[in-house]
Amino acid sequence: MLLDFEQPIAALEGKLQEMKKLAEESQVDVSEAVKALEDKIKTLKKETYANLTRWQRVQLSRHPDRPYTLDYIQGMAEKFIELHGDRNVSDDKAMVGGFGELDGRTVMFIGQQKGRNTKQRQLRNFGMANPEGYRKALRLMRMAEKFGKPIVTLIDTPGAFPGLEAEERGQGEAIARNLKEMFSLTVPVICIVIGEGASGGALGIAIGDRVLMLENSWYSVISPENCSTILWRTWAYKEQAAEALKLTATDMLKHKLVDGIIKEPLGGAHTDPEKMIKTLKKKILETIDELEAIDPEERISQRIDKFSNMGVVNELAGGIENNYTII
Amino acid sequence: MSWFKRVEKGIITPTEGKKETPEGLWYKCPSCKTVTNTAEHRKNMYTCPSCNHHDRIDSAEYFEILFDDNKFEELDPNLTSADPLEFVDTQAYPSRIALTQRKTHLKDAVRSAHGKMNGVDLVVSCMDFKFIGGSMGSVVGEKIARAIDYARTHKIPFLMISKSGGARMMEAGFSLMQMAKTSAKLALLANAKIPYISLLTDPTTGGVTASYAMLGDFNISEPGALIGFAGPRVIKETIGKDLPKGFQSAEFVLEHGFLDFIVDRKQLKQQLTDLLTMLQPEGTAEMAAIETVAKSTKKVK
Repeated sequence: MLLDFEQPIAALEGKLQEMKKLAEESQVDVSEAVKALEDKIKTLKKETYANLTRWQRVQLSRHPDRPYTLDYIQGMAEKFIELHGDRNVSDDKAMVGGFGELDGRTVMFIGQQKGRNTKQRQLRNFGMANPEGYRKALRLMRMAEKFGKPIVTLIDTPGAFPGLEAEERGQGEAIARNLKEMFSLTVPVICIVIGEGASGGALGIAIGDRVLMLENSWYSVISPENCSTILWRTWAYKEQAAEALKLTATDMLKHKLVDGIIKEPLGGAHTDPEKMIKTLKKKILETIDELEAIDPEERISQRIDKFSNMGVVNELAGGIENNYTII
Repeated sequence: MSWFKRVEKGIITPTEGKKETPEGLWYKCPSCKTVTNTAEHRKNMYTCPSCNHHDRIDSAEYFEILFDDNKFEELDPNLTSADPLEFVDTQAYPSRIALTQRKTHLKDAVRSAHGKMNGVDLVVSCMDFKFIGGSMGSVVGEKIARAIDYARTHKIPFLMISKSGGARMMEAGFSLMQMAKTSAKLALLANAKIPYISLLTDPTTGGVTASYAMLGDFNISEPGALIGFAGPRVIKETIGKDLPKGFQSAEFVLEHGFLDFIVDRKQLKQQLTDLLTMLQPEGTAEMAAIETVAKSTKKVK
């Protein structure tokens, strides 16, 4: 599948293939023309991806060929043992987790999982977890803590599932509990938004010592479509909504709501998954090293302080002075 | 008989044009339509004397109901919204805030206060639904966080009265992180073993339900309050079916195990006092009980 802004690039790439094929058949030297075209493609790509609108990034974050949580885990880890169930109601297929080995070090992986075809998408409930998913995630986090293993969560969800049974089983309570409990985990916690980071459904596994975002992922309080529906009463304003929400990795880092951005291959993670997986693995290992050097109690208090400082308010001192503070 | 027929289809009077009964005289219960004298309704703590419908009330009313002689010290009253994202939808966020402030005489969607309830110290943060749907942005998050810190440093029980449509979209990422911030503060409050009571009132939904509202040592509610994570309309659209009667009501949430009890507003103050007195270290409970009894006998006289 091609997105609008991918089409001109694809067209040129098609031309290049054609030219190469023609050259092979006719034994004519076209190397100069090929090089010129290759340069043109490179420039176009650079230009396109440097100037993506926020909505285009949202589209990239949802690209059907984009690597999902299990692709990353299986690509990164030498060994992975998936663990199931919340020990209460059921096993939520939209939330996966288990112990994996990264360069011989054990890590607890947790993340939302999307499906690639209709059948899988249904099985994974489009990456929208039920309360069981959040409780399973918490169970696995506590287990990681028990055995002293760092936690890596991979976030990719259009939101927590807004269903009838989800309400009956306390979707709100399940997410709320995770937020509170994750502040007391004694092991390092790294959270990475790999695709979509929508609202409480994302935050429910995203309280970390380091919260990172892939270059073309988004993270906000609501999806652009739903924001448009609420504020403009129609889906049609999703592009404006995406702009207004400032939901890209760059925006979120600028506002100090996340700790860093992980670069994707030019054109997005789906154009070179292998490279993307390698980059991510390197970043995770580095970050674990960095965090393990900190005393656990200090780590927890830094985690609490970081989130406590998020927000911008005006405080009227003495009722006269308008004192603009970034708290 | 053409004059009995509608010339134009549907109701064409705009909502603003509808004539309401002038305020200040009578109150008509939206549930059973019983008409009550406003003063009577107020004395009844804004509940219907006929069907016990609990009307939505604001922080001013809750403070008056809970604090002895309506005496309290307001905490952090001067925090107002900034516009970090320069958010513009159908209007710019700062002008929306200014307009709402003028209309409601409130600074934002939550107020915090410290006072005494039947002689027992209490810190309360109470949301105001009429301020942009009680939505949670940086100010709400920060004020609640500071109230929790205040309760923790002064070792005073904390009561959160939630009433909100959820996170405030106009502060996007910042709003979302208020869920994390308040939860972090509550984790510290729990470590300090300070009681936290969360009163979920009509309506409590979205990011507020998915953070501080559901994290009480005691989660309590008022009769008939709407409590949920996703709004009923969203769920209906998702499942494509009508929702069962009473779905997401306080009674429903109690039945599914997420509330400790539902309390009638007229008993709220006494019930909270009893609960907090029971939690006090041995010795202090008796003292407070004596105080309460002394007070109530005074009233009888």
